[in-house]
Amino acid sequence: MYSEEQVMEFDAGYLFLSYQAKETRKDIHMKQLMLGNKALARGLYEAGCGVVSSYPGTPSTEVTEEAAKYEEIYCEWAPNEKVAMETAFGASLAGVRSFCGMKHVGLNVAADPLFTCSYTGVNAGMVICVADDAGMHSSQNEQDSRHYAKSAKIPMLEPSDSGEAYAFAKAAFELSEEFDTPVIIKMCTRVAHSQSIVEPGSREEREPKPYEKNIAKYVMMPANAIGRHPVIEERTRKLTEYAENCRFNRVEMGDTRIGIITSSTSYQYVKEVFGENASILKLGMIYPLPKKLILDFASRVEKVVIVEELDPIIEEHCKALGLTVTGKDLLPMEGEYSQNLIAQKLGEKVPSYKSLGENLPGRPPVMCAGCPHRGLFYILSKKKCTVLGDIGCYTLGAVAPLSAMEMTLCMGASISSIHGFNKALGEKSEGKTVAVIGDSTFMHSGMTGLANIAYNQSNSTVIILDNSITGMTGHQQNPTTGYNIKGDPAGKIDLESLCRAMGFRRVKVVDPYHLDECERVIGEELEAKEPSVIISRRPCALLKYVKHEAPLTVKEENCKGCKSCMRLGCPAISIKNGKAVIDSTLCVGCKVCQQLCNFDALQAGEVSA
Amino acid sequence: MTKNIMIVGVGGQGSLLASKLIGHLLLSEGFDVKVSEVHGMSQRGGSVVTYVRYGEQVYSPIIDKGEADFIVSFEKLEAARYVEYLKEGGRIVVNTQEIDPMPVITGAVSYPKDLISKMENLGITVDAIDCLSLAEEAGSAKAVNLVLMGRLSNYFDIPVERWEKAIEECVPPKFVEMNKKAFLSGRGK
Repeated sequence: MYSEEQVMEFDAGYLFLSYQAKETRKDIHMKQLMLGNKALARGLYEAGCGVVSSYPGTPSTEVTEEAAKYEEIYCEWAPNEKVAMETAFGASLAGVRSFCGMKHVGLNVAADPLFTCSYTGVNAGMVICVADDAGMHSSQNEQDSRHYAKSAKIPMLEPSDSGEAYAFAKAAFELSEEFDTPVIIKMCTRVAHSQSIVEPGSREEREPKPYEKNIAKYVMMPANAIGRHPVIEERTRKLTEYAENCRFNRVEMGDTRIGIITSSTSYQYVKEVFGENASILKLGMIYPLPKKLILDFASRVEKVVIVEELDPIIEEHCKALGLTVTGKDLLPMEGEYSQNLIAQKLGEKVPSYKSLGENLPGRPPVMCAGCPHRGLFYILSKKKCTVLGDIGCYTLGAVAPLSAMEMTLCMGASISSIHGFNKALGEKSEGKTVAVIGDSTFMHSGMTGLANIAYNQSNSTVIILDNSITGMTGHQQNPTTGYNIKGDPAGKIDLESLCRAMGFRRVKVVDPYHLDECERVIGEELEAKEPSVIISRRPCALLKYVKHEAPLTVKEENCKGCKSCMRLGCPAISIKNGKAVIDSTLCVGCKVCQQLCNFDALQAGEVSA
Repeated sequence: MTKNIMIVGVGGQGSLLASKLIGHLLLSEGFDVKVSEVHGMSQRGGSVVTYVRYGEQVYSPIIDKGEADFIVSFEKLEAARYVEYLKEGGRIVVNTQEIDPMPVITGAVSYPKDLISKMENLGITVDAIDCLSLAEEAGSAKAVNLVLMGRLSNYFDIPVERWEKAIEECVPPKFVEMNKKAFLSGRGK
């Protein structure tokens, strides 16, 4: 599908020219710069991985997008991470090496199969990638996924650059099969989204391992699970021994006045600051952690410092071993680390710099010009609705000037929460409260909340913002779009029929570019004395197949400078010298602003020949 | 010694191709290279930053305050925003284009004035260039990135043919000529 004409790829909100699709497919064994996520995908490919199922989530998305470029791998977007992990488990059970990828909060969704597939173990190797987002570049929390490895008793590898992401992905399958366990590879934003040098090899084709019926191993009912638990404890003991002397952990002796135990991207910052001026224990396997290796390292240095982002996982392990270490007493639990932060906290020199000493205007992310969500949020704001929101581009509805969202928790929570909100307040909230959720998020975990509304009957109004794509993560297909990850035609779930089948009698479809229609329908559905679903349907303006209208123009003599159009927060409209100005390079001619102008100042543009 | 190039701009301006081009070139020149960017929220018209680091062996994927040898900015305000990342003696190469951020669009604040002279008053060397006009002359407003790369290329001891070869290898064939033209107009010789 990656023809010459399709090299204009869309990536996370903007176009750029790319040959990446072609590069990936060329089986050249040449040193190249590779994104951490792409390197991980290359490792999967070479290890003979046959099935990949994931749900997109920054910063993990590209692993699966890159894997999908290999014809040898069956690859799909699942509706959510739990489904993805269970699909990968099924493939492993059947005897084919499998993979699922997700962001940190996605692992919460998949935690249920995670904890129990630790008990069953695997047939063919099964690898799970979880990508954390310290610094919350694109996430709602900053949780540390390493806790999951410890609590689910599943080995976890933590690469520190693309080369390791590639090598660890290959090794993870071997580890998985050798120890009969799923293996987690933990990425972070800086490893996932940095490019460093990788020298790819060839794919190792693998025959499927035979599937054998084994009720005691794979049917996790109490009697069998009781039998499996000691197996898992024994496996962890063996893995701990393995960690003492494995290829993932290494000691780099330097100056012995300071010994630093570190992993992931923190290792790179430590090397940047100290080079040979410190001894380093670099841990690539973060669960289980070694004991003797750490004690031996500690005995060779004068003091031990632990450098790890987020929670003190390594630090607590060291303290449990009886070591006196420095860690979170100096370094923060919050946010990302960097070379300067580590240098400053550990008393090393930090470069000086010049400062303008002036508060510059910020440049926050905004809804794109022509974004279909804008019109809908304008109406919700105008009607002073209480809006319970969800996860996606439309979370930007919370930003000024629209400021039309009051709650965002996690995937699907808008629908479940409005049910609780309305059960708590009844008629006081029912007529003015709405839940808004995107099409992909609805398929992910909105459906179950909607089933609760249908079943337990709260008088709730749910708005599905159907922009026909998973937008925020950079345009991935989902079960409502009719296309699969490769862009080929696929099953398409019809939202209207789905809602009706659940028992909703009131299901309305509106076009968010038509403000009057939106306002009328939202008003009617809020007034109705029964639950209802409104589908606000218009494809994302950045989709390639969406045809843009000519940019609007301003008829200056009509413009009174009243700034009505500015209430939309459209990046294509500004006021210069008291008059509205349209940026013709941004405007896609959606004409939503035109509907707010009382003076006929905003005119449809001429279509150029 | 690791060298640092920070590429900053506004989501949608084409900084990914710029970092891809320069990363590809430096790799073929035999350097260890790391390129780091953040995807996600920052790209909805927000401020975007890409780090390019090269040398014998590069560790950290990011550039910290006081470390950048070059700040290559697609937009004036963004150059000013990241000025603290510039190393003592470093250089700013900036497209003089102004793109209003939302607080300016809504009229909450105005676009700051005299940013270039303010930076120069700090003793910083600023190479300012109107990339948009040159890109449009070359055939597309989208070639701003190549104009800027052309300007940056003047400060590297790498023959122009090798930059051109990198363009051929990073850009789809039908856009190569236009991009080369934009590159050379930015290079100015």
